[in-house]
Amino acid sequence: MTLFLETLIGGLLAGTMYSLVAIGFVLIYKASGVFNFAQGSILLFSALLFVTLLEAGIPFALALIPTIAAIAIMAVLIEWWVLRPLTNRSAMTLFMATLGLSYVVEGVAQGAMGANVHALDIGIPDLPIFVGDLLISQFDLVAAITAIALVAILALIFDRTRIGISLRAVADDTRAALSVGINLNRIWQIVWTVAGITGLVAGLLWGARQGVQFSLSLVVLKALPVLIIGGFTSIFGAIIGGLIVGASENLAEAYIGPYIGGGITSWFAYFLALLFLFIRPTGIFGERTIQRV
Amino acid sequence: MTANSAGAGDQDAILRVRNISLSFQGIKAITDLSFNVRRREICALIGPNGAGKSSLLNVVNGVYTPDSGEIQYGNETFRRLKPLDAARRGIGRTFQNNALFKKMSVRDNIMTGLSRHSRTNFIEHALRLPRARREEADFTRRSESVLEFLDLRAHRHTPVGSLAYGVQKRVELGRALVSDPTLLLLDEPMAGMNAQEKAEMAAFIKDINQHLGITIVLIEHDVSVIMNLSDHVVVLDYGRKVGDGTPAEVRANPAVIAAYLGATH
Repeated sequence: MTLFLETLIGGLLAGTMYSLVAIGFVLIYKASGVFNFAQGSILLFSALLFVTLLEAGIPFALALIPTIAAIAIMAVLIEWWVLRPLTNRSAMTLFMATLGLSYVVEGVAQGAMGANVHALDIGIPDLPIFVGDLLISQFDLVAAITAIALVAILALIFDRTRIGISLRAVADDTRAALSVGINLNRIWQIVWTVAGITGLVAGLLWGARQGVQFSLSLVVLKALPVLIIGGFTSIFGAIIGGLIVGASENLAEAYIGPYIGGGITSWFAYFLALLFLFIRPTGIFGERTIQRV
Repeated sequence: MTANSAGAGDQDAILRVRNISLSFQGIKAITDLSFNVRRREICALIGPNGAGKSSLLNVVNGVYTPDSGEIQYGNETFRRLKPLDAARRGIGRTFQNNALFKKMSVRDNIMTGLSRHSRTNFIEHALRLPRARREEADFTRRSESVLEFLDLRAHRHTPVGSLAYGVQKRVELGRALVSDPTLLLLDEPMAGMNAQEKAEMAAFIKDINQHLGITIVLIEHDVSVIMNLSDHVVVLDYGRKVGDGTPAEVRANPAVIAAYLGATH
């Protein structure tokens, strides 16, 4: 029982990090209607920039400011150069554009800051602690709390501020949003910035564990099953999807792994996503799209 | 009132539609259409389905770009106006199949209508700085007065998607109204309503026009409603203007009768 609980909790905590990555996708999908393939590169870029600033001797809190500023500038440039010219194009065109964008961002990041692996110490020891009888990773716990705090802040912004109302309006009906005078371009800039910031937080948490390096940009691939399970259009779905993926891959590794020689965590999420595609292709919380004939 | 002759004179016009043509992949939706809308009048666009009425509203608020012709609004002349710019210049709009934010509450829907008056930015909102708080209070007050005016206060926190169709129409009107528009474009504001709801809606529209001095262009099919409500009627058929004048003049016009008012083709 203890093993089960430890495995489950460990999985859930790791899952919050998946959720965090997935939320960045959902935000952009809702506002711009595109699966942003460049999210991973933007995450890599911001984490790399942050770690480079740290290595230059800039204190942690101070390094956040130029990093977030860089994310905001990037969001504005993407809006100018990619989204605005492609307004009203098909979702596939936009997707291909973000695919191209991901190479550009990655290239710029590695060109400017090198392709080395950077160790990142964010001051949380990666040591397990006892909570009651259960052995739990302290790092996972802090990471999960950070993720939850970020989600709470986002929820407050969406729910309470007028900019949140505008964001929801754009997500709900873009044409109507324009006709009441909501500045769509400004909303896109804000959403891409906010998505970039969630990416930065996710990037720092992942980077602290496995080093800030090129492979960080591949978290996109891990976000995909999370989104398929939770649904592309729901932030809550992204959270639940992340938890399901985290918990189930951990449990599968512990209980099924020994029979088939382990290595399950690398593919179990995709297997789960495939099952969902058969049973419920819109994800748990995704909207069913009704096509009028 | 005399008949509105397009193009000429009419110092008092707020909206001048001049020689507008619009086609979709070769199919003509509007052909060389001109008419004027006077300040503070209620102008009705009528005509059979597919006559180009909604397309015309979409040209006026910039959803469609006409193939030729221009729109003069106030002192500015446009070939193409973007929806955002139209909203900023005070052109409010409702749609034929309600374009509300279905998952948001009535109050939040109304609040979005105030976007064009916002002078504060995202940072000020997020940090709740004084200027943002004052603006918030002002916006809340304006939204509440619209909710009251349209008798929507009971539904304030209800998600719009769960309301009856007639109430949704009123919410959409409220969202356009709260922005304090100079010109309101209403696309079938009474579609799908029963007689009582229609009468209520007509009364609201009349009120908005007379007490707030807002110019209204509306599309409506119910001829008796049109004749009572409007000062000026423009009749379209197959994208062309076949009648333009007061309700009485239009009713007497043989071309209009043939096209629309019930003569057999």
